[in-house]
Amino acid sequence: MSSVRQVLAAGLDALNRPRRSAWRRNRHGSELAWAIAFVVPYAAVFFAFVVYPVAYALWMARDPALYRDLIASPLYAQTVINTALFVGLGVNVKMFLALMLSGFFMRRRWWVKATLPVFMLPWALPAIPAFVSFHWMLIGEEGLVDGLLSALFGIQGPLWFNDRGLALGSNIVAYIWKWMPFWTLTFYAARTAIPHEIYEAAAVDGATGSRRFTHVVLPLLGNLYLVCTLLSTLWTIGDFTTVSLVSEGAPAYSTDVLATLGFHYAFDAAQPSLGVAAVMSALPVLIPIVIILMCALQTREVQL
Amino acid sequence: MSTIAADARLATRASSRAHSSERLRRYLRNLGTLVLSTVIVVWTLAPLYNMVLISLEPEGDVFTDHIWPRVPSVESFWGVLTQGHWYLEHFWRQFANSLYIGLMVTFFALLFGTLTSFAIGRMRIRHGWLVTNAALLTYVIPASFLAIPFYRIMQNYGLANNPWSVIAALVAFATPYAIFVFQEYGRSIPIEVDESARIDGASPPQIYLRIYLPLMAPALVAVGTYALLLAWNEYLYQFLLLSSKSSMTVPVALAQFLSSDQSPWNYMMATAIIYAAPPVAIYYAFRRRMTAGLTMGGVKG
Repeated sequence: MSSVRQVLAAGLDALNRPRRSAWRRNRHGSELAWAIAFVVPYAAVFFAFVVYPVAYALWMARDPALYRDLIASPLYAQTVINTALFVGLGVNVKMFLALMLSGFFMRRRWWVKATLPVFMLPWALPAIPAFVSFHWMLIGEEGLVDGLLSALFGIQGPLWFNDRGLALGSNIVAYIWKWMPFWTLTFYAARTAIPHEIYEAAAVDGATGSRRFTHVVLPLLGNLYLVCTLLSTLWTIGDFTTVSLVSEGAPAYSTDVLATLGFHYAFDAAQPSLGVAAVMSALPVLIPIVIILMCALQTREVQL
Repeated sequence: MSTIAADARLATRASSRAHSSERLRRYLRNLGTLVLSTVIVVWTLAPLYNMVLISLEPEGDVFTDHIWPRVPSVESFWGVLTQGHWYLEHFWRQFANSLYIGLMVTFFALLFGTLTSFAIGRMRIRHGWLVTNAALLTYVIPASFLAIPFYRIMQNYGLANNPWSVIAALVAFATPYAIFVFQEYGRSIPIEVDESARIDGASPPQIYLRIYLPLMAPALVAVGTYALLLAWNEYLYQFLLLSSKSSMTVPVALAQFLSSDQSPWNYMMATAIIYAAPPVAIYYAFRRRMTAGLTMGGVKG
């Protein structure tokens, strides 16, 4: 059979030539066909369900008049501010706390070790039940938070979703609760990867406690911290679930973020193009983040 | 003589003072970590406690401001499992839908991911890196931003209210990560393994099935768990694309409770707990391996 001969030829080739070329030599015939056949399924998915929707979105949002409408709308301006607050505060507070907590979890006490698996629960839990529960804790005087306030301190708690600031704060707190464990674990893994000799050498030179943090841990984890913050920013700008379930945009759409506003425009106000334009207006922020992220990822290899 | 004794006495007193201050400092530090641990546990468990609290209320007694269940009752859990409320008449159907979508997404993400990374990483097709990078570009635009065009497209394809529309979307979002992890992991398997199999007459599909897949097993487990949880936990696309009561999944049904003022909240929270239990169980069963999968993806810094 020809395939046997082919393989034999390839074997002889492999003996004579440098090793790498064994695969490359015979890629012309059936090998290449197989390789292409292996890539085709994913390529089809990619074009049908990623490229096509992106192109469709850009096409839907192509009309400049849409952006004029958006800029003229006070709701849109408020939503941009909400998104900036939600992402800016949510991501940065979460990342900073995660970095601090990852150091805390390095301590060798049994109660600290026992806390870590409990602390990871929000990450293991699906987002919907968690946010439904947050919504319910803050629903008003029937909620657990106000119930606790009145039971412990005898004060009447606020109506959390009747005030824009409180509702926005609730969204941010729920968001931090859900996603902080994941990043804490990431930083924790990075800290355990720092060789112990480095700490010892630093201790000999007098760097312990907070000095160790600023002079040893921060320089080593700095780039990872930047990468994680950018990644998290990217994901959080597109966050729909938190706001749509915790505050539901209340009061009166004043705590909406871009993802939920686009949804309202498209499905409640029957203006799908305006909805797509609203979310696509985040691209001038998204694309620079992606570019910085790529640069930071390239230098990552050098770091540790 | 006496001076030596006095010196010794002084030295022991000084050392015991140093000792006790050291002990005090350690005591304070332990106390600090203990307090922080307690704060973390309370902060983490508060929303979960709230879920359990409401789910244990007997029906009609939810809107009372107490902070522990006065008459705990598991009636709501029983109600969910027997579909005993009209809000829950399709519960098991919806549970099966969630499971079906999860398993299909896992299967196809693993299949397409391994096929692609095999062709790029092992067969070394030219410009393979381009495929990997293009795939990762999927994550530039958040999935939620593509929801509206996706909805339109699915209507054009005639896939509205069909679980396959959700499966397609989730496979498209899960596979780039799968390819990335498989590529990284595949580097640890020497290419000579494939070459010797080829010399023995194995065709590419045989190498893929008999050699590549078994060697990739740890990465398959990690990515498979990731894809399963991604699909099980996903909300927006399921909410958007599945609207009828018999085709929707559990998270969509859960969110439906919120849209009415008359919903049975104890049933809602019982449903939430039952829905959340499998991923939590999977997480704690595979905790070590999932963390390993995380670092496999190169997040380790």
